[in-house]
Amino acid sequence: MLGILIVAIVASLFAGTKWSDATWTPSLALDLEGGTQIILKAKPVGDEKVTSNTISQAIEVIRQRVDSSGVAEAEITSQGSDQIVVGLPGKPSEETLKLVRTPAHMEFRPVLAFGAPTPTSADQPSATPTPTATAGAATDSGTQPTDAATAPADAAATPEPTPSASAPASDTPTKAAPDNASDAAYYVTPAVQEKFDQLDCTDADSRTGGSSGDPDVAFVTCDPDGSAKYILGPVEIQGSEIASASSGRNVLPNGGVGTEWVVNLKMKSKGTSQFTDVTTRLQGLTSPQNQFAMVLDGLVISAPSLAPGVIISNGQAEISGTFTRESAASLANQLNFGALPVTFEVQSEDQISATLGAEQLEKGLLAGLIGLILVVIYSMLQYRALGLLTVASLVVAAALTYGIITLLSWTQGYRLSLPGVAGLIVAIGITADSFIVYFERIRDELREGRTLAAAVDRGWERARRTILASDAVNFIAAIVLYLLAVGGVRGFAFTLGLTTIIDVVVVFLFTHPMMQLIARMPFFAHGHPLSGLDPRRLGVDATRYVGRGKVVTGPRTTTTTDEDAPAAAAAPSSASRVPVGVGGGQTIAERRAAAKAAAQDAPAASPPTAGGSPDDGAQESGTESGRTEGNEH
Amino acid sequence: MAAGFAQWGNDLYAGRRSYDIVGRRRIWFTISTVLVILSAILLIKPGLNPGIEFRGGSQFIVSGVPDADEQLAIDTVKSIAPEESPEVTQLGTDSLRIQTSKLANDQVEDVASALQAAYGVTDDEVASSFIGPSWGADISKKAITGILVFLVFVTIVMTIYFRNWRMALAALIALFHDLIITVGVYAAVGWEVTPATVIGFLTILGYSIYDTVVVFDKVRENTADTLDQSRYTYAEKANLAVNQTLVRSINTSVVALLPVGAILFVGAFILGAGTLRDIALALFVGMLIGTFSSIFLATPFEVTLREREPAIRDHTRKVLAARKARADAGGEADEPILASAVHGATQLRPGSHQGVQAQPKRRR
Repeated sequence: MLGILIVAIVASLFAGTKWSDATWTPSLALDLEGGTQIILKAKPVGDEKVTSNTISQAIEVIRQRVDSSGVAEAEITSQGSDQIVVGLPGKPSEETLKLVRTPAHMEFRPVLAFGAPTPTSADQPSATPTPTATAGAATDSGTQPTDAATAPADAAATPEPTPSASAPASDTPTKAAPDNASDAAYYVTPAVQEKFDQLDCTDADSRTGGSSGDPDVAFVTCDPDGSAKYILGPVEIQGSEIASASSGRNVLPNGGVGTEWVVNLKMKSKGTSQFTDVTTRLQGLTSPQNQFAMVLDGLVISAPSLAPGVIISNGQAEISGTFTRESAASLANQLNFGALPVTFEVQSEDQISATLGAEQLEKGLLAGLIGLILVVIYSMLQYRALGLLTVASLVVAAALTYGIITLLSWTQGYRLSLPGVAGLIVAIGITADSFIVYFERIRDELREGRTLAAAVDRGWERARRTILASDAVNFIAAIVLYLLAVGGVRGFAFTLGLTTIIDVVVVFLFTHPMMQLIARMPFFAHGHPLSGLDPRRLGVDATRYVGRGKVVTGPRTTTTTDEDAPAAAAAPSSASRVPVGVGGGQTIAERRAAAKAAAQDAPAASPPTAGGSPDDGAQESGTESGRTEGNEH
Repeated sequence: MAAGFAQWGNDLYAGRRSYDIVGRRRIWFTISTVLVILSAILLIKPGLNPGIEFRGGSQFIVSGVPDADEQLAIDTVKSIAPEESPEVTQLGTDSLRIQTSKLANDQVEDVASALQAAYGVTDDEVASSFIGPSWGADISKKAITGILVFLVFVTIVMTIYFRNWRMALAALIALFHDLIITVGVYAAVGWEVTPATVIGFLTILGYSIYDTVVVFDKVRENTADTLDQSRYTYAEKANLAVNQTLVRSINTSVVALLPVGAILFVGAFILGAGTLRDIALALFVGMLIGTFSSIFLATPFEVTLREREPAIRDHTRKVLAARKARADAGGEADEPILASAVHGATQLRPGSHQGVQAQPKRRR
């Protein structure tokens, strides 16, 4: 079972190194390996000032985004008044960099018009800047952008004085107030139209995004791959109304899973009702105004159209587009933690060396090794041959931990920091404790006079409860801290949870089965003095059947070991066994023993008095007569 | 030694030897209270010394360095501000980043010019700026929320597991006791508090509860049938449990402390200031105190709480009264028994099975 687990880990690692970028060693965090330092400089949007408050907000958002992509423990600080320094371990990928610097400002706007990405110049043959003339064309063209200057469709319905091509473009709306956000006649002012005409979305410069424009007026923009340009109405739903976002494969109408990567959005309650209102209105309009655009950082990432009758009232939206698995996950990540309050531009990107250096890691590992050796010596002293089982279990635990950390650093981007290493060394103690609890329980059962096999079974039953209870507490700590905390605390929680699980796995799948095996070996089962399970050392002189109908009580004559000698010698040779500390009614055995002791000790030694130290009892307890010690229940 | 220890363990288990830990709880409570008050004073008077990660600090970037010698930067900063332990990082191929805690304005200028002289670069190749904390308020806030939620969860889980909220409360008291004393010792030593230290404190949080749960599990096992018998009081049974787990507690804490002690030794005496030393000190003190509190604080405190429970109180009174009555009625023979009863509970030891010897002998 455990073997399968280890083999599986090693095999996947091997496969990883062979066909992917996995390594045989875990990757290290910023403090041990160094990484990349990115300096971001805040670019205020509009007339918003960059305050220390916005910077700390931005740091929080960046940290959450980086954390959600793995357990990399980025180091994020502010520098000066408007800069943020992000330290990322290793060489961050383009996706990670995007996570750090993209504002992810999401808005929902209605589409008023769209067109081919190229500028619609006046000398273009079909460019008749009178809306009435082109309205029909725009409607007919369906979802395909027309090459003609597309004017709002319902402009035809509201015959307004239309500006001529030669007139200077004015920015004043032709109506006093808009009917609704899709009211193109109000929002598409001549200035907007001119801007739209001139916009060239095939030029990469106009697709950089950034500012999302004034939320209350129309907005002219491109889509990210430069295949269309749009005039959008005012913002209808803010990105802050998104409750959660996740990425996945699209769901087909028949319930199956498609091949396309999408981002699923879930709105908050206000956003849900807004979304219902908007879809109710838009589905009744004609193309292109039955489309609404999802605008991310000023670019239209998706503009689905609503077929008549489609009203989305559950507040769930699906963004489809040209996503890959990574870009869908990264967008979902960005949306989950809200928009950065300001736009940032990358000022510099440098390699940085490890802050702690190899010396700390080396010495730390050395210290861990020394500690481990001391632990081995101690457990051999305490548990003799059984100590070997402790050591073997620790080795298995260490191998498992190393394998899983290496595996996780490949698949999850986990990185080992120096506090992480220290945490792993501490885990030696907690892991070893499980074995100690177990062994002590077995010894307790042996002291009760059970045979080794029975003691192992019963001891395991009791120890299992304790081990599970105490590990459950640690695991809760790990889960809660992992879910709620950020940064270094999260990394710690991860390590704690990992070692706790490994502890349970090793105890259940290695130590206990090994113990059962060992219990059958004569060396242990007969309680060899070096086995650590010697009943005589545990103070048991049980009644034994020695064959030929004879039952012997008392110590085994020849095999009494040297270690027991001092203790035995310390005890008075006479049968001065005084039952100690029985308060209430006595058992028959106690009463007899007390009477016997009183009778025998009366001339020689006086029985211990009330003032005697608790140690007295131990001195007087002999090992001579046949008795077993038992729990009273 | 080992044999003596094993024998001692046997005696503890059998109750032949028993330390009256629960009975003498006033002593432990007094010691703990004094330690906690002392730590509280230490926390106020010298207080903790938060590092650059918490307070922010000054940063110098020396660019155009042909030979990036990190030690030179450390020495240079120390010549101006001797109490600093600057963190030096290589930036790109030819730049150095030096971070110190926040320096006064004139000190910043001094350090900048000293660095310029040390590395032989021009004036505009040394840039200084102020950097904010990398462990900002948002991390602390989230960590504290996390801990509070954890404590609530643990209280619920322990209450359900032990079927008694008093054990959970006692465990929490022991936990706070451990944390305060650990932090107090850290304040007394005066080392800088770094994120590593905080991680150390968090580990103590887990370890303390863990250790207490292990001891309480034995207490629970021993005291499960307290009310169904009239030989022992609750306190005596709990005391026996503590005595029986004493060997486990000692073994565990030795095994846990050996590696930590090794790190502390290496960190403090070979490496000097650094992550390893910080985390090891926090862990070493915390584990030591955690073991102490699980034995001497948590269980006695739990017994104090339980004895306020009417059922347990009545039971204790009944057992003691019965015992006294028996002592009065009994003669000399009972005296040693009563004497040791004062020291708390022991295991009840049945007589042995004697086989045919128990049968009346036929006279010949």
